[in-house]
Amino acid sequence: MEQFFGLLAANLASPVVLFFILGMGAALLRSDLEVPQAVAKALALYLMLAIGFKGGVEVAGHGPDFRLLASLLVGILLSFMIPIIAFALLQRFTPLERLDAAAVSAHYGSISIVTFAVATDRLVAGGIGYEGYLVAVAAAMESPAIASGIWLARRGAAAQTAGGGTSANANGSGSLLREVALNSSIVMLVGAFFIGWITGAEGFATVSPFIVDPFKGVLCLFLLDMGLIAGRGLRGGQRELGLPLIAFAIYMPLIGGALGALGAALLGLSAGGAALLITLSASASYIAVPAAMRLALPEAKPGIYLTLSLGVTFPFNISLGIPLYLTVGQWIA
Amino acid sequence: MQTHPKKRIEIVVEAPLRKRLLRLLDREGVNGYTVLPAIAGRGEETDWQREGQITIAGQMLMVVCIVDPSRADEIIEAVYNLLSHQYGIVTLSDVEVIRAEKF
Repeated sequence: MEQFFGLLAANLASPVVLFFILGMGAALLRSDLEVPQAVAKALALYLMLAIGFKGGVEVAGHGPDFRLLASLLVGILLSFMIPIIAFALLQRFTPLERLDAAAVSAHYGSISIVTFAVATDRLVAGGIGYEGYLVAVAAAMESPAIASGIWLARRGAAAQTAGGGTSANANGSGSLLREVALNSSIVMLVGAFFIGWITGAEGFATVSPFIVDPFKGVLCLFLLDMGLIAGRGLRGGQRELGLPLIAFAIYMPLIGGALGALGAALLGLSAGGAALLITLSASASYIAVPAAMRLALPEAKPGIYLTLSLGVTFPFNISLGIPLYLTVGQWIA
Repeated sequence: MQTHPKKRIEIVVEAPLRKRLLRLLDREGVNGYTVLPAIAGRGEETDWQREGQITIAGQMLMVVCIVDPSRADEIIEAVYNLLSHQYGIVTLSDVEVIRAEKF
């Protein structure tokens, strides 16, 4: 417990989290502070490049082992399974319609790479190492949840009367999953991972002035923008949310994280690796999955799933969640 | 100057649908189209704006194409089949063009 509070205090006092709070506060106070969209996009690409490359270099240093493949499989399994649990909880404890519940569930099975980036930042600050291939696990966990979400929605549509007004399968899910798997973040993350793996320490030495020192500053600027977006989303979308849904957005990361902890224990990951797998399982998507849901489940309300994942779960994970996941990671290891 | 009657199809559509809509227009044999970014707006349910979004899910754009009147109904029907469950607006209007062979 003492360890958790120590990590929590360090986390809340870190520049990254404080910039996020600044952004969120500015948005809630209706300040005109904003980061231009093109800049935010470039920052996101930079972060993907840096995270992917560093992960690849780490794998090059230690060589791939059986845990890499096993971790990928566990990550994919978690991404498939978490939406099913989320869906059951949403149906039982919230007033959400079936399609909305399926769409929200898909978000919680998928991942937030920015939450992952903040967790790696905290690990580096604490001098805790982690398995570099978790970057690849992060990429692998993005899409399976979308398939689960669509399956949950279709299952519901089949149970309703024929022609019950859902378009859950109106657009082919095969091409949808391909579009998600090839979205710019994933291509940059996985591409940089392989480039880091191929070029190893030598390659790292040539680009480290670009990807190591500026990383934290760029992450601060990106988190400022995330705070602005989350604050605006919360301001606009709060009327869609009731207490049961807000509670879901806080207990669901803990449930996902607990499953991630189980996976990490089975895989025998290090303390840092376990913390990252827990973080991935606890995080919820707000970039790739919302776009996919507009294609696959257009009748589900974006105001609900975006506000929950970006306005509630992301701030929770950034502030309280990550110190908790780091603590649990250390217990497991 | 001589002008020729054509139909202008204007589609305000969610940004994630862009690729699918343009593929559909290609399949329908539309000779050309223009895609325009939509800055901000208000619909039945909510306001939206281009800036300040982390995902393209909340963004809208506009696709404009000019077609021969004989093909307009067919194209509009295909567009409607794709977009009937999405946010957006599809309008059809009469226009005059100078180079008839381009459309």
